[in-house]
Amino acid sequence: MALEVAGLIAGYGPVTVLRGVDFRAEPGRITCLMGRNGVGKSTFLKCLMGLVPATEGTIRLDGTALEGLPAHEVPRHGLAYVPQGRRLFGPLTVAENLAIGGLVQGNDRATLAHVLTLFPRLGERLSQVAQTLSGGEQQMLSIARALCLKPKVLLLDEPTEGLQPSMVSLIQDAIRTLTGQGVAVVLVEQRVDAVLRLADSVAFMVAGRVEETRDVKGLAADDPVFRNYVGV
Amino acid sequence: MAFGPFLLLALMEGLVTSATLALAAAGLSLVFGVMRVVNVAHGEFYMLGAVLAWAVAALVPGPPALAFLAALVVAPLLVGALAAAADGLILKRLNYDPEATIVATIGLLYMIQQATLSLYGPNANPVQAPFDWRIQLPWFGYSGYKLFVILAAGLVLLALWAFMTRTKAGLIMRATQVDRTTARAFGINVDRVYMGTFALGAGLAALAGVLIVPIQQAHYLMGGDPLLLSFIVVIIGGLGSLRGTLIAALVIGLSDGVISMFFTPTLAKILATLLVAMVLVFRPHGLFGAKA
Repeated sequence: MALEVAGLIAGYGPVTVLRGVDFRAEPGRITCLMGRNGVGKSTFLKCLMGLVPATEGTIRLDGTALEGLPAHEVPRHGLAYVPQGRRLFGPLTVAENLAIGGLVQGNDRATLAHVLTLFPRLGERLSQVAQTLSGGEQQMLSIARALCLKPKVLLLDEPTEGLQPSMVSLIQDAIRTLTGQGVAVVLVEQRVDAVLRLADSVAFMVAGRVEETRDVKGLAADDPVFRNYVGV
Repeated sequence: MAFGPFLLLALMEGLVTSATLALAAAGLSLVFGVMRVVNVAHGEFYMLGAVLAWAVAALVPGPPALAFLAALVVAPLLVGALAAAADGLILKRLNYDPEATIVATIGLLYMIQQATLSLYGPNANPVQAPFDWRIQLPWFGYSGYKLFVILAAGLVLLALWAFMTRTKAGLIMRATQVDRTTARAFGINVDRVYMGTFALGAGLAALAGVLIVPIQQAHYLMGGDPLLLSFIVVIIGGLGSLRGTLIAALVIGLSDGVISMFFTPTLAKILATLLVAMVLVFRPHGLFGAKA
């Protein structure tokens, strides 16, 4: 039971960004996507969510075909997305953002309570307008909103970008907890230390394709693979 | 009549204008806020509400109150259904492109106007008020129906506020207004939200048309003034801001009532337009609108 992607081709109008992506994410594991800027990591996540239409290829989640579905149907199959830059519903309150996250599964109280145990700080700010939260709290809310969907697969696009270290470790702990509950996590991450600390495997993207996938076990920060694919 | 009572009369007339204007402008503001569509045909939905009220009043036998009650329900529903169809057949196909939808709604304006002229004719027709009570004040008597218009509009606007802030559908509309792409990623069918919003906006305009028709008569060209005033109101209040729309409607309606009574209606329009120009120069996002 996994997310399986084969031969995915997609882009924006005449510009092709993804040129035949093959990819697999397993329940309970964190798979990182790495690569230089512009190789298509964020576009790949958007394509999985149906926000960028695939022109060719297949996306299967537990055997169900997701390619070609309208974007609003995709979350119903268990995919949740934490976009780059958070993209909260800023003028809405924390509680309302979480309610939007839980729309698909009927906003059951148990899920909300569980999410708030992962991010207790949000529980103290339920009536606060989202755009007035600190950067770290906004990122927590962005992840919490996605978790209210009770996802099978969680897609995160650089969730710790620009955050202070204490907030980064808090968010990384929460992601780890999720994998313990059987959620498959796909994480776009640029920092090697974060990948080594968090991920089970890492897929390196080059020019719209996954060029190589490696288990993180046995990789070191100075491994040539990072220099080759990420330039660090 | 002394100045005091004369001013009171002018303010009451202004409140009636404010009430119907707030309804129509709230619809225009809602459509722009959620869909980013500048609906140039909005005044025609107002006109259709009035014309349909006349048609329903002619069809429903019995006391005028019953016919009017039927019109209050039927006209906004029919106009809302027409707007939903226009959304699906025209706006959706244009992918809600802001420039293309302006041109499309101009086309829609002429289609509705000419169809009404063909089917309804060029005459202005009155609709009997549901009741003819008069409130007798010490200085003058005043139409009970006009007070009912103020009360009804107030209740509808209160219901709209409750709908937007207290219901799941309202929450979905507000989320879509903020970020339609992210809304899709959380399972919101944005096309359906847009269709509902366009229908609701048109329905509000039609309701304003039904409420005003016992005072003004139904005519196929009556949509022009409410469209202009609605734009003035939403520009002053801030495009997409319901609170700003209501406050601006109150200001414009009251000033229209007072200036029309003491000077001329033309001067009221000139001053309102001047106010819009000043808002556009000094506060382009309106008094309560979010900065772009």
